[in-house]
Amino acid sequence: MTRFIERHPAWALILLIAVAVLLWLILAVWPPGLEEAFGRKRVFLNAVFNGITLGGLYFLVASGFTLIFGLMRNVNLAHGSLYLFGGYIGYAISVWTGSWILGFIVAFIGVALVGVVLQIVVFRRMEGQDLRQTMVTIGLSIVFADLMLWAFGGDFYQIQTPSWLVGPIELPLATAVRSSGEAVYLRYPLVRLVIFAAAVIIGIAMWLALNRTRIGMMVRAGVDDRDMLAATGVPIQLVFVAVFALGAGLAGIAGVVGGTFQSISPGEDTRFLLASLVVVIVGGMGSIPGAALGAVIIGLAEQLGSVYIPTYAIVVTFLIMVLVLALRPQGLLARR
Amino acid sequence: MSLVQSTHPQTSQPAKARAILLAWPEFNKPAVWLVAVILLIMPFIANGFFLIEIFATTLILGTIALSLMFLAGYGGMVSLMQLTVAGFAAYMVAVFGMSANTNISLGWPWWLATPMALLLATAFGTLGGALAVRTEGIYTIMITLAIGAAFYYFTNQNWAIFGGHTGINTVATPKFWGVDWRSDIPFYYVTLGVAALCYFAVQYVSRAPFGLALQGVRDNPRRMAALGFNVNAHRVAAYAFAAFIAALGGVLQVWNYRQISPGSVSVGACIDILIIAVVGGISRPVGPYIGAFIFVILRTFALDLLVKFGLDGNRFRLLIGLGFLAIVFWSSDGVIGLWERWRRRAAATGARPSGGKPHG
Repeated sequence: MTRFIERHPAWALILLIAVAVLLWLILAVWPPGLEEAFGRKRVFLNAVFNGITLGGLYFLVASGFTLIFGLMRNVNLAHGSLYLFGGYIGYAISVWTGSWILGFIVAFIGVALVGVVLQIVVFRRMEGQDLRQTMVTIGLSIVFADLMLWAFGGDFYQIQTPSWLVGPIELPLATAVRSSGEAVYLRYPLVRLVIFAAAVIIGIAMWLALNRTRIGMMVRAGVDDRDMLAATGVPIQLVFVAVFALGAGLAGIAGVVGGTFQSISPGEDTRFLLASLVVVIVGGMGSIPGAALGAVIIGLAEQLGSVYIPTYAIVVTFLIMVLVLALRPQGLLARR
Repeated sequence: MSLVQSTHPQTSQPAKARAILLAWPEFNKPAVWLVAVILLIMPFIANGFFLIEIFATTLILGTIALSLMFLAGYGGMVSLMQLTVAGFAAYMVAVFGMSANTNISLGWPWWLATPMALLLATAFGTLGGALAVRTEGIYTIMITLAIGAAFYYFTNQNWAIFGGHTGINTVATPKFWGVDWRSDIPFYYVTLGVAALCYFAVQYVSRAPFGLALQGVRDNPRRMAALGFNVNAHRVAAYAFAAFIAALGGVLQVWNYRQISPGSVSVGACIDILIIAVVGGISRPVGPYIGAFIFVILRTFALDLLVKFGLDGNRFRLLIGLGFLAIVFWSSDGVIGLWERWRRRAAATGARPSGGKPHG
C-alpha cells in the first residue's frame, strides 16, 4: 500500500478522492440540488448495494475460474455450465428437502465431483496443450448446456429463500430527512447482505489457505512454475485435482446464490461466463485479490450503469475492460 | 528449379504458365476443377431449397469461418469475435440501408450502405484486434469472447440503433440491371463469387510476404521481432484483413435472411463459427467450407435423422457438441487432418507391394 503511494502519488490521490466522494455520497444526506440532478438517494444507494452484493456473487464464480486458470493454464470456458449445474442441483435439493443450506452443500460436492471427473478423464490427457484444452471446454459447455436443457427444460427456476432470511432490514444509512426532522433509513434485503458476508468470508478463507498453509504454498508454487514444483516431488496431479474440485465447487455454490438472488435458466451460463471473463481480465488472471477487486468494480459498474444509463449499461462494463487492457494489459492486481 | 527460370526476364509462354501453376498449385489438381464445375452448375442440379438453405448458407458461414481460419491458422490467434464482426456489418447494412424499421434505418441505397458497412465493420474488427493483441496466446480467446458477448448483450439492450431484442426486419436487398439479386439463382452466384474471391485472397495472402511474415510471427514472435518485424502491426493487420472477410460474410448473411437480431450474434453463434473452422480444419482455407458444409447438413437434417433413430429431434446441439469434442480429441486438424492421415496410410500400404513413389 505505502509502496503504491510512493510510486504513483498522483494515482493514489485520485483514488483517495474517489473513495472519499463515494463515502460522502453513501453516508451524507443529499442536498436538494444534488437530488434534482442525480435522482433520489435511495435509488443510488440501492444500486450501490446491489452492485456490491452482485460483486460478491461474481467473486464466487470468478475466483474458481481464476484459480483454475492460474494453476493449470486452462481457460475453462465450461465454467458457466458448472455455475448453472450448481444452480439446478441447489434448486432440486432445496425443493426436495426444503433446506437451503443443504442445497449449498450438495451443490458444492456435486459440482466439485464433476470437476474431479473432468480433470482426471479429460484435462490430464492433454496437459500443456492450452488451446486444445480450451477447445474441449467449449465442446463440453455445448454438451452440458444441451443436457441441462434436456433435463430441466427452458423454464426459470428460483430457489426459495429460507424464512429466517426473508424480508428487508433497516440499515443505519439515511436516505432522506422528513420535514418533521426524522431520518428515513435504507431498507435492504437481508439475504443479499448475508450472502455477501459469506462471499467475503470465503474470499478471506481462500486467501488464508493460499498464503498460510502448506497446500496453499504448493498451489502458489505451481502457479509460478509448475514443472519445477513437480520436480521437487510434490504430487502435482493431486494438487491439480484438488484445485479443480475447489474451483468447480465454488461455481456450484455461486449457482445456488445466483438462483436465490435472481433466477436460473438456460443462457445464464454464458452470462456468468462473460462476467467471470471480464472480472478476471480486469482484476488480473490467476489472482484471488484481483478477482475480488474486479468483481466489485464490474458489479458496481453493471448496477449503476443499468440505473443511470439503461441502454448503454453493458458498454460501461466493456469500457472498463478496454481501459484496463490499454493501461495495464495483465490486469489490475496481477504480478508480472 | 523452375522458380529461377520463371523469374528470368525472357520467359517463354509455357514457363509463365508453369509459374502460375507454382503460385496456385490448386489449378493443377483435377479434383479442384471438378468441385469448381459442380459449384458453377449447381443451380441446374439443385432446387431452390438446396441452393439457398444448404449451399449458399454453407458458403456464407464458410466465408465467416474462413476469416477465423486465417487468424488461427496463419496468425495463431483464435478469435471468437469473427461472427461479431460479421454481425456488426449486417447491422450496419440494416441501419444505413432500407428496412421495415424506418425510425432506425437511414434509407441509403445499397451501393452506398454496403461499402459503409464493410468499412465500419473492418474498423470494428481492427479495433477489437488491436485490443486482443495486447495480450498473447490463450488470453486472445478470452478477450475476443468477451467482446463478442458484450456486443450481444449491447444489441439486446440498445433500441436506438440496434432495435433491441427484436432486431431489424425486412432489410432491403439490392435490385439493379433488372435483376433481383436476392432471388435464388443470382444470390447463389453472388455468394459463390464472394466466397471464391475470399478463398483466393486468403490463399494469395498466405503466400505473399505479409502472410509469410505472419506465419513467422505465429511460430516465433520473439525471433521475428529480433529480425526487425513489427510483430503487433502484423497481428493487427491480420485482424483487419480477417475483419474485412468476415464483414463480407455478414453482408451476405443479412441479405440472405433479410433480417438481423441479437440471436444471430449470440455467443452460441460465435462458438458455432469456431466449431465450423475447427471441424473443417484450420491449416488450409478449404477447411472452413468443408466444416460449414458438415455443420449446415447436420443442422438441417439432424432433426429427421434423430427422430428416425427414435431419439429426441431437439438434441441437435448435443450432436454438434459431441462431434466437435470427438474431432478435438482425435484429430488436431479437423476433417482435413483425418483425410490426410487416411490418405497417407493408404499410400503407405499401397506403396509397399508396388514400390511406387509416396506422394505427400
